[in-house]
Order: sequence, then C-alpha cells, then structure tokens
Amino acid sequence: MQYISNTEQDKKEMLGAIGAGSFEALIAKVPRALRNFKLGLPAGLSELELMRELEGLSRQNKHSNDYASYLGGGNYDHFIPAVVNALAHRGEFITSYTPYQGEASQGTLQSIYEYQSLICELTAMDVSNASMYDGASSLAEAALLALRATGRRRILVPATTHPEYRQVMRTYLSCLDAEIIELPFSNGATDPGVLKKFLNADTAAVVAQSPNFFGVLEDMRSISDLCHNAGALFIASVNPISLGILEPPGEYGADIAVGEGQPLGNPLSFGGPHFGFFTVKEALLRKIPGRIAGLTVDRTGRRAFVLTLQAREQHIRREKATSNICTNHSLCALKGAIYLTLLGREGLKKLALLNFQNAHRARERLLKIKGVRVFSDGPFFNEFALHIKKNPAAFRADLLREKILGPLTLSEFYPDLPDGFLFAVTENRTRWDEDRLTRAVGETAGPAAKKEPRVRAHF
Amino acid sequence: MENGEWRVDASKLKYAQTHEWVSLKGNVATVGISDHAQKEISDVVFVELPAPGRVLKQKESAMVIESVKAAFDIYAPMSGKITRVNEKLKDKPELVNRSPYADGWLFEIECSNVKEWDSLLAGDAYEAVKSAH
Amino acid sequence: MSELIFEKHSRNDASWLPSLEMPEAALLGQIPQTHRRKMAPAIPSLSELDVVRHFTNLSKKNFSVDSHFYPLGSCTMKYNPKSLDAIAGLAGFSQIHPYQDEADAQGALRVLFEMQAFLSEITGMAEFTLQPAAGAHGELCGLLIVGAYHRSKKEKKTKVLIPDSAHGTNPATAALCGYEVVQVRTSAKGHVDVADLKAKLGDDVACFMMTNPNTLGLFEEDILEIARAVHAVDGLVYYDGANMNALLGICRPGDMGFDIVHLNLHKTFAVPHGSGGPGSGPVGVRKELIGFLPSPRILKKDGGFFFEKNAPQSIGKLRSFYGNFGAIIRSYAYIRALGREGLEAVSENAILNANYLKTRLKEIFDVPYDGFCMHEFVLSARRQKMKGVKALDIAKRLLDYGVHAPTVYFPLIVEEAMMIEPTETESKETLDEFVRVLFQIQKEIDEEPQKVLDAPSTTPVSRIDEVRAAREPNLRFRR
Repeated sequence: MQYISNTEQDKKEMLGAIGAGSFEALIAKVPRALRNFKLGLPAGLSELELMRELEGLSRQNKHSNDYASYLGGGNYDHFIPAVVNALAHRGEFITSYTPYQGEASQGTLQSIYEYQSLICELTAMDVSNASMYDGASSLAEAALLALRATGRRRILVPATTHPEYRQVMRTYLSCLDAEIIELPFSNGATDPGVLKKFLNADTAAVVAQSPNFFGVLEDMRSISDLCHNAGALFIASVNPISLGILEPPGEYGADIAVGEGQPLGNPLSFGGPHFGFFTVKEALLRKIPGRIAGLTVDRTGRRAFVLTLQAREQHIRREKATSNICTNHSLCALKGAIYLTLLGREGLKKLALLNFQNAHRARERLLKIKGVRVFSDGPFFNEFALHIKKNPAAFRADLLREKILGPLTLSEFYPDLPDGFLFAVTENRTRWDEDRLTRAVGETAGPAAKKEPRVRAHF
Repeated sequence: MENGEWRVDASKLKYAQTHEWVSLKGNVATVGISDHAQKEISDVVFVELPAPGRVLKQKESAMVIESVKAAFDIYAPMSGKITRVNEKLKDKPELVNRSPYADGWLFEIECSNVKEWDSLLAGDAYEAVKSAH
Repeated sequence: MSELIFEKHSRNDASWLPSLEMPEAALLGQIPQTHRRKMAPAIPSLSELDVVRHFTNLSKKNFSVDSHFYPLGSCTMKYNPKSLDAIAGLAGFSQIHPYQDEADAQGALRVLFEMQAFLSEITGMAEFTLQPAAGAHGELCGLLIVGAYHRSKKEKKTKVLIPDSAHGTNPATAALCGYEVVQVRTSAKGHVDVADLKAKLGDDVACFMMTNPNTLGLFEEDILEIARAVHAVDGLVYYDGANMNALLGICRPGDMGFDIVHLNLHKTFAVPHGSGGPGSGPVGVRKELIGFLPSPRILKKDGGFFFEKNAPQSIGKLRSFYGNFGAIIRSYAYIRALGREGLEAVSENAILNANYLKTRLKEIFDVPYDGFCMHEFVLSARRQKMKGVKALDIAKRLLDYGVHAPTVYFPLIVEEAMMIEPTETESKETLDEFVRVLFQIQKEIDEEPQKVLDAPSTTPVSRIDEVRAAREPNLRFRR
C-alpha cells in the first residue's frame, strides 16, 4: 500500500521542470559510501491484508471488553461514551497541527481554552496549561518548577506515590543538583508527623498523591499546612474523577496540582497516549511549562483564541525555556474536555459515587472471605489493597478462568509487601463481575462453574 | 522627546553596548533600555524584574523583557546590588515602550565599582553603535 | 458564534451512566467530612446533541490535512491513512491495560518488539526504545544517555554544541540536562561550518546535536567528517530525526556515524498530529549505548516477548508505562503497509515534490541557500518585505486561498523565512495550484498590497491581538 498521488507522468514532468536528469541527481550530495544498503523490511501489504494481519495480532491480547478488569495503578477501565471518539476523531481535529496559525485553528484553540477552564474548575486551581504527556511527566515537571521557583534543592515524596511517577521524577532530576527523599508510610498512608522531620529550609516542595498508589486518601490538608510552614511548595497529584466527590487541591492549598488524564475519556491503549493535566496557583503563572491558550480579540474586536505566554517556551527562550516540552497531548485533552462536558456537574458526581459505591461494596465482600485481610483501614475512593495469601501466578490463573484481569500484585512495586493485591473497581464493574471475583478469590482449587460468556459492547 | 518627561538628565546618560541606559547619582545607578531598543523589541508584554538584593556582575543577565514572539535578556551595565525595581511594570509592561527613559525605567543598582561608569558609552558613541546595527 | 460551552445551557442528566444502588446522601455520608468536596465544580451541563453540535462546529474552524494542503515546513504534514485509526481502535489494542500480565498481551509486545527492530533497520542503529512520548521527550532521553555514557567513563563534559539553525527544543533540552549550550555557525552555503565546529570542539564537549538534512532542507555532505571530529574528543553525535522523511531507504543516520537518534513517528511515520499531539519520539542508539536505554526494554525469549526490567546502567523511566502505544501501533501498521518499496517511494516523492516547488517558486522569492534540496526548502520574503509585505502577511493571505501557511520565521538565520515542506502524499496538481496561489499573492503585493496586509478575511477570525493576549492573560472562563 502506498499513499503517493503523483503519476509516473507527473514525476517525469517535475524532473523536467527541475532540470534534473533523474531522481538520483537530486541526491547526488549524499556520499556514495552511505548508499550501499537495502532496507531489510517485510514486503508491503494491501489494506485488506494489513487489517487481517493486525486484527490477528490484536486477538493475542486479552482485553477489557472480554474480561472484567480490576487493574488500576494509574490507568482505569472506565466507560467511554461513543460521542467522545465520534467528535475527537473528526479529521479536522486529528489531522491538524499545533495551533500556531491562530486564524486557521480557532477550533483547536477554543477547545484548549475550554479544556483549561474545565480542569481549573475540577481542581479548583487558577491556571491550567494545555496538557502534558502523562501524569508521571507532569509530576516531574512540577518538581522542576518548584526547584526553579524556590531556588531550594530538596523534594520530599511519600513512598505511597505511584512508583513509576517517582522513577520518572528521579530521571528528570538526575542532572540537577537536587535531592529526593522518599517518606515511609504506615497504614497505607503518609504520617504528617514523619513528614515534619524531613522538612527544612532547603525543601523546595512536598509531593503527595491522593488517592495514593494504594488507593488510600492522604491527609492532604495537614501535609499542605506543614509544607507551607516550611516555605516549600505543595504539589498534589490527583485522580480527576475522584474530584467529583473529594476535596480538590485548590481547596487544601496545593500550589501545583497535576494528574493523569486517562480516566477522562481516554482508552487504556496499553498505557498511552493519554494526557497529564498541570495546574498552578496564579503566583506561578509565568513559570508553568508547556502550551497555554488565551482569549483575546481579533482586529474587528471579535472574540478570538490564541496560544499565549509563548515567551516561556522552548521555541523562543531556547536554553532558557521553562521546559523543553514542545507538544502537548492535545487530542487526548480534547477527549477529556468532551467527556467532562458529557458528564456535566451532576454526572461527574454520579460517576465518582458509582466508583466509590462499587469499590466499597467489592472490598466488603472480599473481606468476608477467609484468608483475606485488611491492608489499610484508611478512607479510599475506587481502589484498595488487600492481603491475600496466594501465589500470584496461580491466583492469576483462577481469575482468568473467571474472565477477570487483575488485581495488581503489589510485590512487583514494593518487594517488602508480599501478599498485597491492589483492586481498582470502576463504574464498569457489575455485581456479576463481583460474583466471579469473589469466587476466584474464595476458591483456589477446582475450576469455577461455567457461566454464559461475557458479552459487552464497549468502544 | 516624544516619550514624555525626562526622569533623568539626558546629557548625563551613558549606555551599554547591549542598549541599556544608565544614570548615575553617587553610587546608585538607574537603568532602563534605550528608545532604539524598545522599538526593536516592539510591544513589551511582560517584564521579569530582578529580585531586590540580588548581586550582579557587570554584563551579567539581570532580567528579561518579553514581547509576543521573543524574550530579551537585559544585562547589568554595572556591578552591584539591586536596591529597587520599577514595580509599575508588573501591571503595565507597556511603559517600557511608552516611556523608556522615565516611567519605563527598570531597576536601580548600588554600584560596587563606580569606575565601571568609564567603560560605558557616551551618547554620541552609542549613536554610532545603533547605526552600525 | 464562538460561544463557549460554559455559556450554553440544556438538559443533562448523564443518563449514559447506570443508576446508583444506594441513595446519594448515604454514599456521601461514608466519605469522611474532611475529604469531601464542599462545592461542586462549575462544569457545564449540556445535552448530548448540544455537545455534539458544539464540538462539530469547533472542528469546522480548523485547517487540517484532511481538508487543506498543509505545507508546514519541519512538520511533515502528510496524509494519515484512515486504516491506521481503525487499527489503533481495535479492542485488542485500545482496551488493554499496561499492567496486565505479559502472557496476556503478547500481541502488543510483539508489535513493540518488531517496531524496535524496524526502526533500528531504517536508521541503522543497534537498538530502540519506544518510551519517549514526543520528539522533545526523545531528545531528553538522548541527552540523559549522553550524560550516563560519559559518567560511566568518568569523563566530565559540560558543553553541548548545536547549530544556529537548530530547533528550539535542542538547546532547551541540553540546558535541562545541565549542559552549557554553544552555537555552531552555518556556512555561506547553508551547512554546518565545519571549521567553526572544530574550533569549538574540545574535551569538554559532550555532544553535537544536529539534523540531517538540516533545517534549511540541505543534506550535510560533510557529515562523515563531522562525526569523526566529534568522536575524536569522545563526544557523541545526536540525530534529531525531525527530517527523517527525506532519507528513508536513501541513507541511514547510523551509517553516517550518529550515536543516538530520535524519530518523530508523527512526522515520518504517519501518526496524525492531533492538533498538537500525541506523537511519539522513539530513540535509537548504537551498540555501546544499549545498556543506558530507558527501562523496561522489550525482549524476546523462547518465542515469547517480555519486559526486561533489570537494567543497572539505565537512565531510568521517562514516563509511566511503555510509550504512546496508540501512536506506535499506527506507525507499525504504516511500515507494514508500505514495506521497503513503499518507504523508498516516500522519500523519493517528498524530495521530488520539494524540488519541484522550489524551482517554480524561485521566480518570485529569494532562495538564500540554493542547490537541490531534500524534502523541504526555505525561501526568503525579503524582496516582498521591501514592498511592505512580510512573510507573516503572505502566510495569512494563503489562508484566504484555502492553503495552510508554511512555517515562517524559522530557521532563525534566514530573514523573513518561509519554510515549505509539501510531503510525498501531495499530487503535482495540488503543488501547481499552490504555485498559482503564490503568484496571485505576488500580484496582489505588487498591485494592491493592502489586501495582503489585511489578510486573512475569510477565516473565522481576522488577525488576532496577541499583544493583548499576553499582556492581560485570560486563560480560563470565569463567571
């Protein structure tokens, strides 16, 4: 399959107009020594063959249309209404470039402005950028901002923060003169008393994630107060859907609030692409990384949108930019904006409560099973950890038989937490899923009773 | 001068190669950018002022002036400590365009080496630098 | 009307969600008071139809590849085959969780593994990581590898050399990684000034970052000598793959002596730009640097694919999970669809189209650096500027003729730069129409320049007041 529009006749005419005898003449400057190879790649395929081949590959993956997924840890199996892709995948959105030519990109620019407004409302923060790559890189950029803004060098981060986010932050800060200190946890959450011991005059920021990696809600208000008493910035990492019912970062004093946007209308896609949201309080406006759209007027005074505050960015400040980031994840953020609008204020609360309800019900049922123990009795949203004495591989086989994916094995992230399993329960999980889950947890031996195959429309 | 009243005595101004003007009283230098520089920058949209108390060496980057499509470093024309900045510019960056020698001044610096004054360009020498551009 | 979603009102009960099983108040009562949200966010509530209409109407205010010729230099705005979107949307690709067991995602792992191999083959590198989310993210990955390499050899390096024609992300990334940036001049012929480069090379130089063809669209013919010179001080040569669309099947960065390469799948490999992302910025390295690649790597053993997480020398993780899989799968399918011959045809037609346009446009525009170009070229509107019309005005006037503007004012070393990249997917007919439009605009510049200065007049808004946007930032709706 090739997507070339020129005919052989066109090519001949073009070479003639150029005054080149052959295509080779155009690339004569490429040294001969570099030309002695042939690409070793498979032969091309027609679209029909391509679809057949790729559909085959896709069937080698177990997916959450066929399986009930209890996997979380940053990405969640939420229902995505058909409208989201029908709109976001319109050619005018999906095949346009970054809106540098404002007059030719009002659609994208207005949708970014609306996205920023929605995210500010959701987080109760003052300013949002146009989005980042993901939750992890947003958190790393937030730490960079804090180091820059305070001139201090210590970052405190609880070990309850997503392990991959902590790794990414370490990578981003590895070239700087910065010190990252990880705080221990008890009962699945950070003890503000412990935090206090590590705060000093050189602390640039305290990071905290809530719900944290174990699903437990952190005492964000106390952490925030302690942090501010030390003159440090408070960086909150939050689950956007939880904000339908949980106190938003702006209310408990976060200076920077970030998070993973996947739950807002983006499919799992094996971990990406999704988007990270990035918000700050007004005082940090000029230090925010990435693109921002603003509202202004055109020459005739009409409302117009444009990328603004660009002098912070790499294409202008070059080595003095606030970040090296060039792109945002516009299309993913657009899906987020459409999704939030489809939810509306009441819908968001309802969705959050559905998650809350299903997760709490599932946990209660699981805890009734012998051998299942509490991991933390702290408050949680839609994800929780439990101690279950099981061999992870055998457990997985039991679950697969019941057409279930997950839970997450905590020891993969915390080697000193054996028997820990992390369950995420969204609005997508039914009582019937729960029946099979409790059966798989309860009955380690023997195949489960066969039931009707799982059928669910899901796009 | 079209840019309103002189805050400083024009005949006593000196200039850096990088288009900052300096007025010296005792060991306190007031700094701004020249009319020529503000025209080159075009519409100033944001001024990132130095923190008072900051100690700078001559020719070190002191602050940044932003236009829509560019950011310009402003250098300390003399070494010393920042004692005052023009707070008005935070809300009205356009003063740099409208009144580069008066309301659009940038910062004051307490000079640690007044002899550096001699290394700056007098008005006519600065005119020559401008036309060379 | 540019009415905001916040300014519309209609019935919304989110009926696409099932009902709660317990009364709302009972559930809310279970949340500790200290954690509960007190004030609901002011998110608009609209009916499904109103949402559909709002965003559909917004989309119509965009130029896009699907609707307009989009010769935006350096961005490779080629046609994005629709089959790729369909493939990325297959449930077996879009509904898989990053933490499901390797055994339950063998199809996805195979795609990633084979993609690493395809990109290695295309670029002549030893190994690839697919983790970086974008070109700039790839640069960050690459420069962290540079740092790790020199640290492993106990060498202290402080400088990164970058041509003055480079993309802004190059110096921004180098600075983020703690390096001092030193600019290398462009010669009168539009190439890296090798003498200037050599004068700036020393034991403190960690890396030379460059594109080839460079941002002027010219092939750096001294590349072998450049790589040798940088290697002589144990510096690494970094390839910014923004312009890889010119080289498919023609030559390979690995053979030129580049040590680290990033590619932009959203440019060369047909991932749609999505109004500014997501893209994907895989990074390839030569053999000696494999150990520094981000973790995890995807390897194959006994016919199965798995994540290798044990990587003591790795620079670490650059993002959560494994990369923008939804973008990677599109490029994987693209490479499978095109095969070797199809990829060769990409660069051949991209180069042909660019040279044809350049030849035709030479008549009215100055060409600061002449000679055959690769996949793109840079014109200067300095002649037009003397008549009071700038590159920006021409760019805006093109919009009135239904053509997206070229990249203007980049690279920075060209006065009134207009950077044009037609890509391989456009037909001669489209290019001829573009030429006709530019000649028409030239006529307007000569006869009625005000028309050009007032442009655009047919777009949803006329020229935008960017000064006001920056002086009085309004970045969100407030009631």
